[in-house]
Amino acid sequence: MLEGTTAEIRERKALRVNPAKTCQPIGAMYAALGINKCMPHSHGSQGCCAYHRSHLTRHYKEPIVATTSSFTEGASVFGGLANLKTALSNIFTIYQPDIVAVHTTCLSEVIGDDIPTIIKKSKVEGIIPEGKIVIHANTPSFVGSHVTGFANQCEAFVKYLAESSEETKNVMNLFPGWVEPADMRELKRLASLVGVEFIMAPDTSDVLDSAMDGKYEMYPDGGTTVADLKAMGDSFLTLALGPLASTPAATTLEKKCNVPHKVLELPIGVSATDAYIDALRLAGDTSVPKELERERGRLIDMISDMSQYLHKKKVAIFGDPDHITSMVSFLVEIGMEPAIIVTGTPGKKWEAKIKEICKPVNEDVVVHAFSDIHYLHQWVKANPVDLLMGNTYGKFVAKSENLPFVRFGFPILDRVGHRAFPTLGYTGAMRLIEKITDAFFDKRDREDADQDIELVL
Amino acid sequence: MSEESNSSTPPMGPTGPSAAEAREQMLDIYPKKTLRKRSKQILVNETPSTPAEIGANSRTVPGIITQRGCSYAGCKGVVIGPIYDVLHITHGPIGCGWYSWLSRRNMNKIRKEGETNYLQYSMSTDMQEDHIVFGGEKQLEQAIQEAYDEFKPKAISVYATCPVGLIGDDIHSVCRKMKEKLGINVFGFSCEGYKGVSQSAGHHIANNGVFKHMIGLDDTPVDFKYKINILGEYNIGGDAWEIDRIFALCGIKIIGTLSGGVSYDDITNCHMADLNVVMCHRSINYMAEMMETKFGIPWFKVNFIGIEGTKKSLRKIAQYFGDKALIDKVEEVIAKEMSEVRPVLEDVTTRTQGKTAALFVGGSRAHHYQDLFNDMGMQVIAAGYEFAHRDDYEGRDVLPSIKVDADSRNIEELKIEADPERYNASHAERKKSLEEAGFTFEDYEGMMRQMAKDTLVIDDISHHELEKLIELYKPNVIGSGVKDKYVIEKMGVPCKQLHSYDYGGPYAGFKGAINFYKEIDRMTSSKVWQLTRAPWHEAGDAPATETAEVPVGA
Repeated sequence: MLEGTTAEIRERKALRVNPAKTCQPIGAMYAALGINKCMPHSHGSQGCCAYHRSHLTRHYKEPIVATTSSFTEGASVFGGLANLKTALSNIFTIYQPDIVAVHTTCLSEVIGDDIPTIIKKSKVEGIIPEGKIVIHANTPSFVGSHVTGFANQCEAFVKYLAESSEETKNVMNLFPGWVEPADMRELKRLASLVGVEFIMAPDTSDVLDSAMDGKYEMYPDGGTTVADLKAMGDSFLTLALGPLASTPAATTLEKKCNVPHKVLELPIGVSATDAYIDALRLAGDTSVPKELERERGRLIDMISDMSQYLHKKKVAIFGDPDHITSMVSFLVEIGMEPAIIVTGTPGKKWEAKIKEICKPVNEDVVVHAFSDIHYLHQWVKANPVDLLMGNTYGKFVAKSENLPFVRFGFPILDRVGHRAFPTLGYTGAMRLIEKITDAFFDKRDREDADQDIELVL
Repeated sequence: MSEESNSSTPPMGPTGPSAAEAREQMLDIYPKKTLRKRSKQILVNETPSTPAEIGANSRTVPGIITQRGCSYAGCKGVVIGPIYDVLHITHGPIGCGWYSWLSRRNMNKIRKEGETNYLQYSMSTDMQEDHIVFGGEKQLEQAIQEAYDEFKPKAISVYATCPVGLIGDDIHSVCRKMKEKLGINVFGFSCEGYKGVSQSAGHHIANNGVFKHMIGLDDTPVDFKYKINILGEYNIGGDAWEIDRIFALCGIKIIGTLSGGVSYDDITNCHMADLNVVMCHRSINYMAEMMETKFGIPWFKVNFIGIEGTKKSLRKIAQYFGDKALIDKVEEVIAKEMSEVRPVLEDVTTRTQGKTAALFVGGSRAHHYQDLFNDMGMQVIAAGYEFAHRDDYEGRDVLPSIKVDADSRNIEELKIEADPERYNASHAERKKSLEEAGFTFEDYEGMMRQMAKDTLVIDDISHHELEKLIELYKPNVIGSGVKDKYVIEKMGVPCKQLHSYDYGGPYAGFKGAINFYKEIDRMTSSKVWQLTRAPWHEAGDAPATETAEVPVGA
């Protein structure tokens, strides 16, 4: 397993090995799937669309529907205008969405296709039927990562659609960040429990975890509606969860429609969930229901019960910046010791922020943005840790180093739980503790000598 | 299934409209230009023995939800990617290298201590904006150097992605320079995603590169009486290992399987074989032809998917060598293996007989897997490839009449000549005498000849057409890919992924056939579809299990 990896770390300036990120367009596609009756459209070679659809399908085990401009060499030379116009004509005739969300690829960015102009032309020529909408986001693959692609698409919803009628409504906007459908459902449940009226965009719950009932719906009964996207301009506040994924949309909405915004970390763990609940409570001028207090209490109880197994355990973790920020805070909360932290997404400020979070437990924590899993693996070989956390690709490192491994983040291609159960909120945090302790206990039960096996843990 | 062997059931299964009506309904919704295009790609197989012309290997209509991928996926992802001891570097932004990282199940194991299986690694130049603006050649050169310093591989291959071609990076000159500097083989593939109309262009580009940079490098004689290569077998789910097992029993040496479970050294030495047999005609016929021209190695088509195909292929290979001992050994192996297959097939067939299937996948699998379904008494009512050409549908006899369009013309055709020293004339002589005795080489009859009359043949099936097909016929199972799988299953029809095998397999050879029969039996007998309706949706007071509507598969 990963035989070529040694503990000797050489400086690499040009070679990425085992990346901890992928490219922007897939994030745009995921975000667009969270809009009701929306067709995500990939403007580039059809391979991009095929790769993104396949990858999201493997992660969600659900239909992932999206279209492509299917560039050939000719389109790459002469521009993608004709391809996009043909595509829009076919999409509205055959698949009949309410809205098409175009995102670019490295190919269409390099040749410099001007998407807004193509959309305008298509409108004038009647290719876009009356009442139907086409929006776009620029998502060149050579900038940022899949997370910034998601952020750009979310910003595009606001840019194109949010409207202000000058009459502020008692409704709050929620940008959930790049989280799972089950997490989005959890965010909505929590907001409802606190008694806040809200619009959440995007919302992939009931779209990417739709029920099996013998019928296929291309546009399941879920996702944020275009009417709601428009109405976001009249809300009194925006909560943007996950700074990297949600800040652009929130700030653009503030500029465009004067809706003030507040950026919060993703509610993973105790204090990040507290911050979310508190923000909801303060903004909605409501109080936190007993039910939620008890949920929180059950989490604290579990942390206390399991504390002896978590204390000072060293963790290597990789993933996306927003996920990692909150997860690392949670690890610190429960007494664990983040040792090495890696993301593929570029971001120097993020490195400083993570170091600050880890300071109370580990001043020497190694943190790298724009890095990769290979680096993390090499470091771990020289500096043993107790636990590895990250997406499915971590399983090779875990096997190679015989490490307990908790799958967390995107993508998870080989397990089922992320589709059904949230990791956000208090109950999500309980699930994370269960996963972490299970990983430790399973290893002990499997490997401990007979005389050391404990019945009770 | 030939025309003559038609059973009494109508070709499209027990229910549903005629194939011609279904075709009309599929096309009905399309705008004019799309209709014109798609109508050439959807045919009713009216005259299987003289197949009608199909509009294959043509551009995908923009906006159509297609199964197809790109040239890079065909080159790196399919043909070259599986070579485990070559270090593969994708030159481009991060996505392409990421998505082709272990996502195809071309299985491999390292041969000896100290080797590295590079397929577990995804290496890329991770191009950023400044590389796009100022060029990425320096980045690539440095990446190759860093890869060499860290891993010391025996060979490095480089794959170009869309922006690389557009900004004009000359990956080949960088590779040449680094080959000289490092003293190992370094070579590149200009497989930018926009080339051609599908993965197929990438296959061709890959074949050219493998031929130019790997084939023929090692002339070490292979001391074995019968030695062959298997071309177009990618070891999905361990298929190649099952084929290896059977050939080992027969006493036939496989030098190289291109490119499943294969090493760089195997490929450089595989021109020492006496025969090339071709599994996936679409992806590798180029290689078979080039090797014959240069080294005189004859080739013919085989199929190890399904017991009939496996038996026929083994017998043909034995006949090629013409040695009675080998012919007898092959019969002995077949008899022994069949004694294991037969009871399983008999049992499974009691449940699968008369059920229907449709296959939309790849460039050979939609054809090959029909054999397995036929073994089980199932009817294939519709089939089509994702990226094949006319010859894969209609047979190689149409090759001279295929017009080369602009998209194909851009893919290099290597000019190959006989190697003055290494061309093996005795192979050619053997071929000639066998041909005189009625033995066929360079043969592929295509998919349509084997399909029943009045079945549907659909090239590059679109999402809409697939939905329509299910609505009209509800086949008992559909073989397709990951992007369609859950669409199909939401409609209550089980879907077998024939790219990844749903992480099962192998399905080739005898043991593979047993696996497949059991798997299709499981899928078409599954009770899960009966659970889709809750008891309170059923009329009356009877318990749900007795009254539930069973959509399909039962």
